[in-house]
Amino acid sequence: MSALSHRPPPRREQRNVLPWLVAPALVIFVGFAVIPLVGVFALSFTTWDGIGAIHPSGLTSWRAVLTHPGLPHALWVTFLVMAVSWAFQTPASILIGVFLAGNQRYRAVLGVVYFVPLMLSSAAIAIAYKALLNPNFGLGAGLGIDLLSQDWLGRPGLAFGVVVFVVSWQFVPFHSLIYQGGVQQIPKSLYEAAQLDGAGRVRQFFSITLPQLKYTIITSSTLMVVGSLTFFDLIFILTEGGPGDATRVLALDMYKRGFQASLMGPASVIAVILVLVGLVLALLLRRLGGRDAGASQLEGV
Amino acid sequence: MALSRRTLLGLAAGVPVSAALAACGSSGPGSGKGATYWYLNGQPQEGVRAGAVDAFNKAHPKTQIKDSTFQNDAYKTKIKTAIGAGKAPTVIWGWGGGTLRTYVEAGRVEDLTSWFDAHSDIKKRLFPSSVAAATVDGKIYAMPCETVQPIILYYNRRVFEKIGAEPPKSWDDIMALVPRFNAKGIAPFSLGGQSRWTNMMWLEFLFDRIGGAQLFQSITEGEKNAWSQPDAIDALTKVQDLVRAHGFVKGFSSITADSNADQALLYTDRAAMMLHGAWSYGIQKNDGKKFVSSGALGYMTFPPVEGGKGDPSDTVGNPAQYLSISSKASAEQKKVAKDFFATGVLQDEEVQKWIDNGSVPIRLGTEKLLAASDSADFLKFTYDIASKAKVFGQSWDQALSPTAAETLLDNIVKLFQLSISPKQFADNLNAVTGK
Repeated sequence: MSALSHRPPPRREQRNVLPWLVAPALVIFVGFAVIPLVGVFALSFTTWDGIGAIHPSGLTSWRAVLTHPGLPHALWVTFLVMAVSWAFQTPASILIGVFLAGNQRYRAVLGVVYFVPLMLSSAAIAIAYKALLNPNFGLGAGLGIDLLSQDWLGRPGLAFGVVVFVVSWQFVPFHSLIYQGGVQQIPKSLYEAAQLDGAGRVRQFFSITLPQLKYTIITSSTLMVVGSLTFFDLIFILTEGGPGDATRVLALDMYKRGFQASLMGPASVIAVILVLVGLVLALLLRRLGGRDAGASQLEGV
Repeated sequence: MALSRRTLLGLAAGVPVSAALAACGSSGPGSGKGATYWYLNGQPQEGVRAGAVDAFNKAHPKTQIKDSTFQNDAYKTKIKTAIGAGKAPTVIWGWGGGTLRTYVEAGRVEDLTSWFDAHSDIKKRLFPSSVAAATVDGKIYAMPCETVQPIILYYNRRVFEKIGAEPPKSWDDIMALVPRFNAKGIAPFSLGGQSRWTNMMWLEFLFDRIGGAQLFQSITEGEKNAWSQPDAIDALTKVQDLVRAHGFVKGFSSITADSNADQALLYTDRAAMMLHGAWSYGIQKNDGKKFVSSGALGYMTFPPVEGGKGDPSDTVGNPAQYLSISSKASAEQKKVAKDFFATGVLQDEEVQKWIDNGSVPIRLGTEKLLAASDSADFLKFTYDIASKAKVFGQSWDQALSPTAAETLLDNIVKLFQLSISPKQFADNLNAVTGK
C-alpha cells in the first residue's frame, strides 16, 4: 500500500486489478457449476447405474427420457407449481409489502413476525407441516375439527395445493421485503399530488404504487419463477412426489431416476433439460423487463 | 507492493475454495486405521447394532470400528452413492438379493466364499435359509446377520372385542370385517403407504396365496410377462377391491413407515390390523406402553384366499440382514471387518438383546433362550414360520434389480391410488422385468 501513497496509480493499473476481483466468484462458479454441468452433459450420453463402470451409449438415454410419459407429466407439474405459486405469491407479497411500508410502529412489529418463515430451513418447514397435516395425529385430529383432518397429502389435488401453499408461506415474506423496499422508494410527492387531485387510496394504489413497482415486480417474478425450478427438499419431504406422481416436479423426477432407480444416464438428461428450461425462462424474463431498462419512471419528479 | 496485493487476492480466492474442496472429500477409503460401518437407525434395533460395535471395540482397543447411522429410506440412496463414488464404508449393511448383485457385478464387494470355507464353524451357526440372499452366482458376498423377519398380520384384540369379531381366517373374512370396523370409526388396516414397500407386502402375499409359490418365483426371477398371468391380475384386482372398500386407514398414502406412525395407529386403537415385518413387534413393545404386555397385540400368518393355490405356510420377508466388505477398503480395514464378522456379529450378548426386543436372531440353537423370554409366544411363532415355511420368499424390492424395484414401487403406489388398472400395472411391470 505504501507504493500507492507515493504516486497516484495510473488508470491502467487499476484496470489490471479489476479482473482479479472477479476471480474468487469465477473459480467457485467454474468449480461448482460449469464443471459439474459439463460432466452431467457427458453423462447424459452414457449408461451408468451409479456403481459400476460408465458405458457410453450415444442417444439411448435421451431416447428413453423423451419417449417416457413421465417427462411431459413432470414438465407440466413443474410449470403448474411455477404458475400457481407465482399467481398466489405475487398479489400476496405486493399487498403485504405495501402494508409494511407504512411507518407506524405496529407495522414494523408485524414485519418482524412475517419474516420468521424465511429464517426456517425448508426441511424443518416440511416436517412441521407434514406433522400438522397428518389426518390421524395432526392438527385436525388434535383439535377435533373435521374440516382440517382431510387426507391433505394423500389426494393428488389437495397435495398439489398443499405444496403450493407451503412454498408460498415460506417465500411470501422474502418477496414482501422486496416490495416493501420498492414502495419506500416511491417519492412522497407523487402521492401528495394525487391527493390534491382528489385520488382515493385505491386509485393511488393502482395509478401510482403498482406502475412504480414495475421493475420490482419483474425482479421478484424472476426470482420466483427460476427459483421454483429448484424446489426439491420441501416437496421431497412433504410428498416424495406423490401421491402417485401428482407432485413429481422435474427436480424430483431427476433424483428418483438417478438415485433410486440407478439410471444415471436418463437422470442426467433430465438435469440438462432442467438447465435449458431455467436458461430460457431467465432469458424471457430479462427480455420482458430488460428492453427499456434505461427508461426512467421518475421523469419530471 | 502491487505484488503483495495480488498475492493477497490470490490467497483470498484460493483459501475458501480449497477449504471447500477439502471439506467435500471427507475421509476417503483406505485412510485411517479403523474400519467404518454404516447401518440403520431407529430404536430398538439401533441400540443392538451399536452395542455389538461397542463390545467389539472394547475387546479390540487397537482396531476400532467407527459406526454411523442412517434412516431407512435415506440409507438406501446414500449407500448406493457412496459405493459408486468409491467412498463406501468398510462394512456395508444391506438386505442382500438384487442390490447385492449390482455391487458384485461392479466389483465393489469382497468375495467371502473362501473365508467362509476357512471358517466353516461360522456358517454352521446360522439359519441355512439365510445364505441364499447373500449368494450371487454360487459365491458368497455377505455375512448373514441379525434377525429373520417374516411379514406377519398383526391385529389389535381390544378393537376386535369391541365389535365382537374374530380374526380373519380367509380373504372373504377380511372383506367382511372391513365394513364392520368402518362402521365403528376404526380403520380396518393401518398402512404407511408413502413408504411404498409397505403396500408391496400386500401384493406379495396375495400373489403367493392366489398363484402359489410358482407365481411368486416367476416374479422374482423376472420371467417374461409374469405380471399379466391371470392369477397376478386377480391378486392386483383384489387389492384394489380392498382399497375401494376403504380397507386402509384414511390418509394411508401420506403416512411414512420410517416415522412409525403406522404402528401408532394400531396400538392407539385407531386401526384393527396391520400387515408388517416381524420387527414391528419390537417397536410396539417399545412404543406402545402396555399394548404388548397386556396381551392386546395378536398376530397370525396371512390367511388363505378362497380357491387360491398358495400354501398357507408360505411366507415372505427378509431371511436375514447382510454385511458385506467394500473391496475398496484397505487390507487392514478388511481384516478388522473379518474379525468383526467372526467375533463381533451375533455374539451371545447381541443374541440376547435381539430376543429381548422380540426378534428371532438367525443363530441356530437359541430355542431355550427364546422360550425363556417374556415374548416367548411371539418368538416361537416367528421361529416356527421361519423354520417351517415351505417357501420363504425374499421381499421383491430387495430381490429385484434396483431399476426394476423402483418401477415396481412407483406403480404399486399408483395401483393403491386407483389411478392405474391392474392391466396397466402389469403392462408397466412387464416392460421392465421381462427377460
